[in-house]
Amino acid sequence: MTINDLAKKPGAWLRGDGPMAEIVMSSRVRLARNVAGYPFFSKATDAQRSELAARLRGDLLPTGEGNWDYLELASIEELDQQVLVERHLISRQHADIRGSRGLALSNNEDVAIMVNEEDHLRIQVLRSGLQLDEIWSEVNRIDDRIESRVEYAFHPRYGYLTACPTNVGTGIRISVMLHLPGLKLTGEIERVFRAAKDMRLAVRGLFGEGTEATGDFFQISNQVTLGRTEEEIIDGFKNMVVPKIIDYEHRARRTLLADRLTALDDRVHRSLGILRHARTISSEETMLHLSHLRLGIHLDRIRDLDLRSVNELFLLTQPAHLQKIHGTRMTGEQRSVARAEMIRRRLAGN
Amino acid sequence: MHIPCQACKKQPATVHMTDITPAGEKKERHLCDVCAQEEGVMPKPQTNVPINEILTGLMVQKSTIQQLADLTCPHCKLSFVEFRNSGLLGCSHDYDAFEKALVPLIERAHEGASHHIGKVPRRLGTPLTAENDLIRLRKELLRAVDDEQYEAAARLRDRIRTMEH
Repeated sequence: MTINDLAKKPGAWLRGDGPMAEIVMSSRVRLARNVAGYPFFSKATDAQRSELAARLRGDLLPTGEGNWDYLELASIEELDQQVLVERHLISRQHADIRGSRGLALSNNEDVAIMVNEEDHLRIQVLRSGLQLDEIWSEVNRIDDRIESRVEYAFHPRYGYLTACPTNVGTGIRISVMLHLPGLKLTGEIERVFRAAKDMRLAVRGLFGEGTEATGDFFQISNQVTLGRTEEEIIDGFKNMVVPKIIDYEHRARRTLLADRLTALDDRVHRSLGILRHARTISSEETMLHLSHLRLGIHLDRIRDLDLRSVNELFLLTQPAHLQKIHGTRMTGEQRSVARAEMIRRRLAGN
Repeated sequence: MHIPCQACKKQPATVHMTDITPAGEKKERHLCDVCAQEEGVMPKPQTNVPINEILTGLMVQKSTIQQLADLTCPHCKLSFVEFRNSGLLGCSHDYDAFEKALVPLIERAHEGASHHIGKVPRRLGTPLTAENDLIRLRKELLRAVDDEQYEAAARLRDRIRTMEH
């Protein structure tokens, strides 16, 4: 599988299926692990980083378990790395740092293991919709398999040791990507965020770490990783946090339908009109209107489109994806034109 | 014009108070510094509280900070100052090398927790797992009692007893 092939298909986590997919875009669980006997990434020498990456590469790729690829990040070009970032397979930081680092990727893109990021290993499983139990059992299985071949840095008191003490213990980070246009429109979103922050959860924008929560997409993740079991952390998320937010969002959407139908219809169809006819459009504007389309589809205000094709556009209209699909480097202005054209074509406008 | 002190009648009054008597009447008092201190209205300046005691207090704190700043991991050579600046540790040994300074940080980041009770690598076998199970069961017991689930609590108590023996 090449990055070129990858860039042309939608990511597995954007499939638009799975439970609660109308609100939960995707779920992810990642485990941070380090290998005993090596310094953490920041203190490792180039030689140690390369040696470790080579060792891990051998131990990561499961034999006889489907098809995996290993991408050596140092030897792929920047635009390709950017494609991986946009697909949420590696972090911005993983793309930016230098030295030997890699990505082990399952062919259907639901398992992505970063090698030599902030920790030696970041094992992540992503799925569309709300599927935390399934994801946890998968990531746990992968972790067991790697652990049978590699000795992890583990402390009897602190658990799995991580480069940053905020990840120590279970090393688990659960994230769900939520689409909350209803709460945004009814002006209740701030309350939800405050409640999330009171529960020691982090709220971020669509592109994760370092980005403001702008637009209608939010990533909610746990911050406490120590003093609780993995199951307790997942249960808290699955049974308390996420269902409550989903419930609020459903209620907000019902309010829009009952009390503000004309305004809602206007917003949804204006967005559809813009996307079907614009000749140049920025990434931010695209996100805003695509968000309205998702809302319109779920509330049955738009009937000739489905969630999956709208979700695909979120990814394929990103800067690196656009350039890969067009097979050429483009300036921001050129991208806006190409983006508008791709959207028009896919939404069958003219 | 100065109002003379109502107590010594010599010094000019510098402390002016309005008291409300138990009967609800207002009563004005004008005292000089010395008389106000004598009557306990104003605190006496604590000239004999040794200023160096306060300084020593500060110095103890400062020397602890200095000690922390001087910590360096013998394995990866990361200094505590470097860690404070980057937020990243250099190797597994740092958790022991910087323990004193790290524990409060860890507890703050993890809602007071400083012990792992989750997954344990299989190679470490059961003893640790059993210990973690005990911590977990004790937590569940507390929760059951909080929720007034007494039957569940009794079952948990029995399990804990069996495991402890």
